[in-house]
Amino acid sequence: MTRKQKRLAVIGGGVAFLVAAVLLVMFAFSQSIAYFYVPGDLAKASVPPGTRIRLGGLVEDGTVKRGEGSTVTFTVTDTLATVPVTYTGILPDLFREGQGVVAEGAFGTDGLFVADTVLAKHDETYMPKDVADRLKAQGVELSGKETIK
Amino acid sequence: MIIELGHYALILALATVIIQAVLPLIGTIRNDRALMAVAPAAAFAGFLLVLFSFSVLTFAYVVSDFSVANVWENSHSLKPMIYKISGVWGNHEGSMLLWLLILVFFSALVASFGANLPERLRANVLAVQGLISTAFALFILLTSNPFIRLSPAPAEGQDLNPVLQDIGLAIHPPLLYLGYVGFSVCFSFAIAALIDGRIDAAWARWVRPWALTAWSFLTAGIAMGSYWAYYELGWGGWWFWDPVENASFIPWLAGTALLHSALVMEKREALKIWTVLLAILTFSMSLLGTFLVRSGVLTSVHAFATDPTRGVFILAILVFFIGGALSLFAFRAATLKAGGLFAPISREGSLVLNNLILTTAAATVLTGTLYPLVLEALTGEKISVGPPFFNLTFGLLMLPLLLAVPFGPLLAWKRGDMLAAGQRLFAAAAIGLVVAAAVMYAHSGGPVLAYFGVAIGFYMIAGAVTDLWLRAGIGKVAGNVAFRRFVGLPGSAFGTALAHIGVGVTVIGIVAVTAFETEHVVEMKPGMQVEAGGFTLTFDGMRRGQGPNYSEESGHFTVARGGTVVTDIWSSKRFYTARRMPTTEAGIRTFWFSQLYVSLGDAMADGGIVVRVWWKPMILCIWIGTLIMMAGGAVSLFDRRLRVGAPQKARKVKPALEAAE
Repeated sequence: MTRKQKRLAVIGGGVAFLVAAVLLVMFAFSQSIAYFYVPGDLAKASVPPGTRIRLGGLVEDGTVKRGEGSTVTFTVTDTLATVPVTYTGILPDLFREGQGVVAEGAFGTDGLFVADTVLAKHDETYMPKDVADRLKAQGVELSGKETIK
Repeated sequence: MIIELGHYALILALATVIIQAVLPLIGTIRNDRALMAVAPAAAFAGFLLVLFSFSVLTFAYVVSDFSVANVWENSHSLKPMIYKISGVWGNHEGSMLLWLLILVFFSALVASFGANLPERLRANVLAVQGLISTAFALFILLTSNPFIRLSPAPAEGQDLNPVLQDIGLAIHPPLLYLGYVGFSVCFSFAIAALIDGRIDAAWARWVRPWALTAWSFLTAGIAMGSYWAYYELGWGGWWFWDPVENASFIPWLAGTALLHSALVMEKREALKIWTVLLAILTFSMSLLGTFLVRSGVLTSVHAFATDPTRGVFILAILVFFIGGALSLFAFRAATLKAGGLFAPISREGSLVLNNLILTTAAATVLTGTLYPLVLEALTGEKISVGPPFFNLTFGLLMLPLLLAVPFGPLLAWKRGDMLAAGQRLFAAAAIGLVVAAAVMYAHSGGPVLAYFGVAIGFYMIAGAVTDLWLRAGIGKVAGNVAFRRFVGLPGSAFGTALAHIGVGVTVIGIVAVTAFETEHVVEMKPGMQVEAGGFTLTFDGMRRGQGPNYSEESGHFTVARGGTVVTDIWSSKRFYTARRMPTTEAGIRTFWFSQLYVSLGDAMADGGIVVRVWWKPMILCIWIGTLIMMAGGAVSLFDRRLRVGAPQKARKVKPALEAAE
């Protein structure tokens, strides 16, 4: 190989690597992006069972029920619509009725939302930003307890 | 009064760093030595002033002076002293002041250890440091002033976020900032070189110690943050691909690439333009990380408060420095002459491969981190890019890199022999496969990839040892000669080997815990038992306790193996009264490199409690590996050949300089 051919081979290899990396990123995006919904969205457009989404809203008062073992069911609401959720595992420290929550998972064929992750990263003055934005956009009055600082 | 002095010192510091930014630059343009000489003095003065200002804020926290709004918002008189002090940077204003303190500290370091730098280079480097300091001092004074008073002063503070009331807060942010901000020196060197339009191997030799220092601290900071999240959050995870974690990981990847490309530049005068670009990009990623974490565009434990003006201000700083640096690069890069040709299969070639993969990986993580933000800004659609994305892309990208790592040091500069290197690594590969087979025998039924991962980890460790082995000539020359040669090997050889061994150890930890950890979530009543990792845990019951600023409920577990009691574990849930916020304090017991991890869930109506028990095999290897990597960085730093420009007395440097020339 001449020096020029060698150089071309190296550059070609580098470009091929980068193209492969871009394709990999695009493939991974198509596999693992989860869209964010509030219950009101789901009333308008349904999400097929098995599609991973993030469901945000408030935990409706009086709906948290402990099932067998560590299974918990609760209802997520944005005051326009509600979605029942089931989750097996330990709820975060800050999970409370009447407060913001983001559940990650997918709908089962029976219409029940099965969450594998529940996030409630907030203290008394804070709720997940996604949730607060959407609730505000829908005109839900947030009491002082739940607004973003 | 003392508070106002601290405030005033900060304003004086701003004036000082403006002088540091402007006068030396004019000096280099006019070739005025007196003006250039202002730079070190201004850097020292700026450092002392910010140090005083920071000490005053710390004092306000120590004496719980709630007339200072920042102290009132983030402290409590009953808080233990260590958390009063670490609480200084456990909030937005204080942590930005720490950022600035470390920035001016590095400027002062450059000023004091840079006595042997060419005059113009030193003046320009310090001027750029001054410019960055000016931006951040302005940011603090205009948008995030920690010295604002309250009148009347409240009687009691609001306490610090309980998650942050941990020894981790005392260690993690300072280490991380030392890393983040340390790369500012590399950035300043790059800009100074571009301003002057001159760059050579000596430049790389001056920059490498700073890159090594920053890299070592950043490694420590990230590892510490990871371990902190692991034990404090009670979720048992050690890395979440959270945007904030990524914000520190991206500069780490870029910085690792920089370390390696600077090596090529120093030894062979090749990759000059690329190294300068990497130095700019690494610090740009640090700034971007600061922006992501501090602007409030992300919500996490790190986003203390959200205020749009701050976000806009940091964004302006970001655009100014990254945009300015890249424009300067575009204008001046052509004036830098490329040098040093090399064959694709060579030490240089392997380092280029390292750079290609690391920067691609950094770009991938950056894409995954920013994509949701960009999409939301453009379309309003909210999505999340979770761990599966990063595991797939990052994992696949790392695979060829990990396999290639042991080859690098075995290839000769300019033109290497792949076949010979492969033959030398035969033993290392065999060791990896044998260990993997042993693991497969002991723990059959795991995913095939896991055994492969274990093999790679051991192959990397053995490969790094192979390099030292061959260099010392063990087995080829007499034992005492080999020993003398081994001891006489340059520090950078040990540094390289240690860093690569560290990567191998971390890989082993990650693979083992991902593939072989066990998790049980059970509802337990006193007397009930659960099995994990060959241990039997018996739940004995709950106990109430009271801490200085919290109340807690702790569960007691007796740990037995084969019928004999080995140890016991306390796991608790705390409730911090001032913030009315609960936290989980996981109970952790270490057995060699593995850990039992117990965290408590909710109490049930019938007296039981939900308990989550993990067996985390070899998990400590993850962090031990990072410690070894850091040690590698430190050992390289003490390589005599790097002493030019590194912390070192001027007299000793002279012979080294001559030798280098």
